[in-house]
Amino acid sequence: MMASSAPMPDHPLTTQDGVPLKTKLARAERMNKLKSLALVLPLALFLLLTFVVPIGSLLLRSVDNPEVVASLPSTVKAIGAWDGKSLPPEPVYRAVAADLIKARDDQTLGDLGKRLNMEVAGYRSLLGKTARALPFDPAPASYKDALVKLDERWGDPAYWQAIRRNGSAHTPFYLLAAVDHRVDDLGDITATTPDQAIYLDVFARTFWMSAVVTVISLLLAYPLAYLLVSLPTRKSNLLMIMVLLPFWTSVLVRVAAWIVLLQSGGLINSALMALGITDHPLQLVFNRVGVYIAMVHILLPFMILPIYSVMKGISPTYLRAAVSLGSHPFGAFWKVYFPQTVAGVGAGCLLVFILSIGYYITPALLGSPNDQMVSYFVAFYTNTTINWGMATALGGLLLAATMVLYMVYSKLVGAGRLRLG
Amino acid sequence: MGAVMSESTSEVLVRFRNVQKSYDGENLIVKDLNLDIRKGEFLTLLGPSGSGKTTSLMMLAGFETPTSGVIELAGRSLNNVPPHKRNIGMVFQNYALFPHMTVAENLAFPLSVRGMAKTDIQDRVKRVLSMVQLDKFAGRYPGQMSGGQQQRVALARALVFEPQLVLMDEPLGALDKQLREHMQMEIKHLHQRLGVTVVYVTHDQGEALTMSDRVAVFHQGEIQQIDAPSVLYENPRNTFVANFIGENNRLSGRLVSRDGEHCVVQLDRGEQVRALAVNVGEPGSPVSLSVRPERISLNGHSEHCDNRFSGRVQEFIYLGDHVRVRMEVCGKPDFYVKQPIAELDHQLSVGDVVPLGWQVDHVRALDPLEHAE
Repeated sequence: MMASSAPMPDHPLTTQDGVPLKTKLARAERMNKLKSLALVLPLALFLLLTFVVPIGSLLLRSVDNPEVVASLPSTVKAIGAWDGKSLPPEPVYRAVAADLIKARDDQTLGDLGKRLNMEVAGYRSLLGKTARALPFDPAPASYKDALVKLDERWGDPAYWQAIRRNGSAHTPFYLLAAVDHRVDDLGDITATTPDQAIYLDVFARTFWMSAVVTVISLLLAYPLAYLLVSLPTRKSNLLMIMVLLPFWTSVLVRVAAWIVLLQSGGLINSALMALGITDHPLQLVFNRVGVYIAMVHILLPFMILPIYSVMKGISPTYLRAAVSLGSHPFGAFWKVYFPQTVAGVGAGCLLVFILSIGYYITPALLGSPNDQMVSYFVAFYTNTTINWGMATALGGLLLAATMVLYMVYSKLVGAGRLRLG
Repeated sequence: MGAVMSESTSEVLVRFRNVQKSYDGENLIVKDLNLDIRKGEFLTLLGPSGSGKTTSLMMLAGFETPTSGVIELAGRSLNNVPPHKRNIGMVFQNYALFPHMTVAENLAFPLSVRGMAKTDIQDRVKRVLSMVQLDKFAGRYPGQMSGGQQQRVALARALVFEPQLVLMDEPLGALDKQLREHMQMEIKHLHQRLGVTVVYVTHDQGEALTMSDRVAVFHQGEIQQIDAPSVLYENPRNTFVANFIGENNRLSGRLVSRDGEHCVVQLDRGEQVRALAVNVGEPGSPVSLSVRPERISLNGHSEHCDNRFSGRVQEFIYLGDHVRVRMEVCGKPDFYVKQPIAELDHQLSVGDVVPLGWQVDHVRALDPLEHAE
């Protein structure tokens, strides 16, 4: 009846032939262990190759900084001797001239220009102009004078500091930029100017919208899950199919359907006007409302299923017992039934929130520019500007936020009690 | 039952008056229940599943509403009192201890919903824990306890708010035999100590006989007989009760004649038996005779019996303190005789034909069984 394990003896037990019992047991179990390992090996390899390795290498991109080191190798080496305050010494100028000639010939000048342009605006044109003028013929006595004469920007330390900051193959630049910070000319981390700072707002918006979607889903899903477990099996099965129906339709189709329903001349607005509830069409789509409606609709099953599965295991006798002990039915529900469903509620909220913060297509199609979430910018950097550093930095921060959430949840509720259906 | 009702009504705590219950509008689960439960008694509702005993209990607790009729508690109709205001303690079949609360929190629950002060609650919880000998378990969760311990907590929780009535719905069903017998005595002693009224539902006749002051035998939505355990066993009023309670040898025949308390019954093969006329019709109508196995005497012991027959020994079943002998008597192949070890004749062996008999007071002529089990 009681599943208690026997206490460990103080002295090690041995088998008849004198081998310690533990060793013998391990030997006997080894074959089984190997067998079960062999069974999961294909899956482990699959996960490693298709999940861990790609995501890991993608995340590395957010700190990857190959352009300057690869294209200006001797400049990076020479600039190490510079104090960073006045202009760099002559060898640095000489090295940059040599490196730029090589970069032009290797056709890496474009990447370099793009990267340095992120640091100081106008760097790309400076590099292009300089590379076109190189090599100097005849070789000047002072490359410093010749370059400054070619373009006076070479006489500005800020341009040289940009190269020096990127003298390593790794950089915090993208990650800092993703939280609206940067390394300034003096090497300190500072906030970017307010007119350039957008990502913190985007993150805040993402978390806020996800929280709202989670709360609405919970409020809708909890009573429905309770209904599902209290109805007789036949009816609850029918209802369950209706809950799962949206699962089997493409997200894109559902979003398109919502546009049709919610637009100014759509079904819902026509109905509202026909009923006389409103005399002009309500703005239900291409704003926050539309995004909320569609996201809640799409994510509701992820909330219902974990709560339902937890509720299914709770005997209705608990409520009867609480009522027989003198508690009002509402009090009994709140004090006796609800606490037993917390694991399901937590799992549902965690699922919906995590899925929400990664949502892209629904806000993109149903929202205004002010309703776009982090994923929109990830897609923007991946598809439009091909800036892998920014894309992976934003994505990595989202992943980190998810991890933190999960840890907070397991601290509060206990990961062992997580029930995902 | 008439005798019960005529007793002083001030003693009656619960009264069922013409209570009927139907779930589908076609079949009555409880047909016409009239039952008085006396203050301080231990009443058991006994019957096979589907006999209406649990439904009756649930109507008393308030989880089912009577289709018609009235249930009164202490002279007040309960029909419109919601279950949480009835102040009736209840022990459920699977204990229904709240798994997210410790034992102490479980016990404090009924007190805190009644708005009791914290210190009073602590005192009460402590007292009730020591009453069920679980002082050291206050901080445990129900899942960390054995079935018997959980049962004791459930019992304590139903008693902690000092209700005048406690209902128990097959509370010992999930325990193994030894623990069940132990808990039966524990519940009985608690009842004697506290003087609380207990209504207990079970399908286990042994449990009902051991614990109860009175037992109401339910069958097909009706009370067949309500009496003290000894009366129920010795003087069953009909064949159902005789069969349901204890072991019973059944012989069927027809009534030949009747004179006062006694009657003569002719068995199907022609033998005549003198029996107590308990529940018989006119001469010529079918009758079922009931004899308890322990009331049958073998060999020489049967010489003074009113009814004497002979039987062939078929089988010995050894049970330690007694031996059950299966015999063929009057054409009936499963006629059991219970012999205490000390009285058993060791010469006896399978195939022997021996005389046997029983007194007229120990064979009861009852209604014929409608359908064989």
